[in-house]
Amino acid sequence: MSLLDIKNLSVRFGDVTAVPVVDGLDLSVAKGEVLAIVGESGSGKSVTMMALMGLIDAPGIVSADSLQFDGTDMLRLKGRQRRHIVGKDLSMIFQDPMTSLNPSFTVGYQIEEVLHQHMGLKGQAARQRALQLLDRVEIPAAASRLNAYPHQLSGGMSQRVAIAMAIAAEPKLLIADEPTTALDVTIQAQIMELLVGLQREQDMGLVLITHDLAVVAETAQRVCVMYAGQAVEIGHVPQLFDAPTHPYTEALLKAIPEHSQGQRRLTTLPGIVPGRYDRPQGCLLSPRCPYVQARCHQQRPPLDAHERGAARCFYPLNLTAEVA
Amino acid sequence: MLAFIARRLGLLIPTFFGVTLLTFALIRMIPGDPVEVMMGERRVDPVLHAQAMERLGLNKPLYAQYFDYIGQLAQGNLGESLRTRTSVWSEFTTLFPATLELALAALLFAGSLGLIAGVVAALKRGSLFDHGVMGISLAGYSMPIFWWGLLLIMFFSVWLGWTPVSGRIDLLYDIPPVTGFMLIDTLLADEPGAFVDALHHLILPAIVLGTIPLAVIARMTRSAMLEVLREDYVRTARAKGLSPARVVFVHGLRNALIPVLTVFGLQVGALLAGAVLTETIFSWPGIGKWLIESIGARDYPVVQNGILLIACLVILVNFVVDILYGLANPRIRHQR
Repeated sequence: MSLLDIKNLSVRFGDVTAVPVVDGLDLSVAKGEVLAIVGESGSGKSVTMMALMGLIDAPGIVSADSLQFDGTDMLRLKGRQRRHIVGKDLSMIFQDPMTSLNPSFTVGYQIEEVLHQHMGLKGQAARQRALQLLDRVEIPAAASRLNAYPHQLSGGMSQRVAIAMAIAAEPKLLIADEPTTALDVTIQAQIMELLVGLQREQDMGLVLITHDLAVVAETAQRVCVMYAGQAVEIGHVPQLFDAPTHPYTEALLKAIPEHSQGQRRLTTLPGIVPGRYDRPQGCLLSPRCPYVQARCHQQRPPLDAHERGAARCFYPLNLTAEVA
Repeated sequence: MLAFIARRLGLLIPTFFGVTLLTFALIRMIPGDPVEVMMGERRVDPVLHAQAMERLGLNKPLYAQYFDYIGQLAQGNLGESLRTRTSVWSEFTTLFPATLELALAALLFAGSLGLIAGVVAALKRGSLFDHGVMGISLAGYSMPIFWWGLLLIMFFSVWLGWTPVSGRIDLLYDIPPVTGFMLIDTLLADEPGAFVDALHHLILPAIVLGTIPLAVIARMTRSAMLEVLREDYVRTARAKGLSPARVVFVHGLRNALIPVLTVFGLQVGALLAGAVLTETIFSWPGIGKWLIESIGARDYPVVQNGILLIACLVILVNFVVDILYGLANPRIRHQR
């Protein structure tokens, strides 16, 4: 059984008639699996995970058939019950480490808070454990950092602290929302290495939200490609990179700068993501798709399983048998 | 931190001289002099007038009078009242506790209610409560104190008869002054009835004096809170599975308090200015009423030094707030 099983998740802002930001998404993560969610900004990657965490506030509306996590439907949980899971078995680290830590409290306090909340640790025991955690996330001179305030730390250091906080209660699933976007390139690699190391060591599920396809290729086992709130392709890592089945995935891969070496211009997909008022009637990619057919303009394709995963396309690419 | 304190203290010196110069000049700009006022309606004999002025040292040129004044201050001498012949310092220390008691009660009222109203308004942003609180606080801020005071007296004291009209305590009680705080002195004197009576006397003036700070604090808390609740670290706190109360009051309010604290300090100055009016309306025997009477009598030493003492107090409070600000905000504390 999978650790996380999201069925038909939709998130809207405003009222039920509003255009969904996340649109009927199905997603699953197995125990100990690394799943990457990729897609351009605004495609609903973060909102999906925020909905799972219960961090979507009014006027956001979350609806789903189920949000099964570790045998519990997160959708039906209320307040206190949800908080027993969130931050403990299910935790999250965010994009900008410099603003994600509270500037008024010491690093130690903010880690111990989790230990107190979810593990019942207090005083010296909590302090000891916080110190171990800082050591584990490879913060040098950990003992002296316990009393440091976030503004005294660098971005990479702050992200390590955020990771220490997120793994403090030994989660079963860690969600990393663009954990390296705000960091220097050299630090990015270190943080990714740390996350993958922790994931293996604790055998936890890891959902990695990212723009960086190189990181995906190195770390993830499966990928979910999102476009305009929908999953357009789900596939396993080496295959999806070698032979994408959805035109959008193909375009994403072609847009990697290294693939355009020797060319005057980088390869791009013309056009922009459809907004609130110009959503096409048919496939959401139809206005931009290089392979577009008449049918694509009239009907929305479903996410259909095929031999190597699933694609939301009437005419998937690179398949031996046509699925139509 | 020490350098910070030293720098702040250094700034006090010009402020101090500015205040002495201003009060010295302003009181002398009001037509009339102490002798004329004392003589009243009767025509003053110019000879007697000149003699009296000379005795008071007021016939000297202004710059000489100012230097005399500064020289006196340098010796720590605040002079004595022209009317009562008692020292300004002893009058001030006798009356000040009454003002302090009133101001503290007003601050307590404004601070507690303002923080709660501001936080709730921010949490329920756009609700009827939010609009209500913001509307009322705007009204409260714009309200002239003297009119608001009279209105409350009319309503609560005259029509409903809930509170006394004026004074600190009923004349029936004779409470020996120990601390100068009526609420404490009545308890020390073991007179529970007097304590309740003193509390009754205190409520209305404290509300009147606290209204403007209340409005300012409520609005400031709301906007600071709204800003803070949007911060990433509040989302982090929620993602940790902390209770909403902990998220709001520990992670949110702690940061929202930083700007509120500044406003709180600034309000202390406004509060002492407001005390002058409030004490006059409620016949509260504090330094506000004392200063008003002294201005009427052109009691130069009292006005000059009374205001100087209040100014020092405001400077001191703001100084303390600056230090508290550093304590509340680690980013400032570590600045060198």
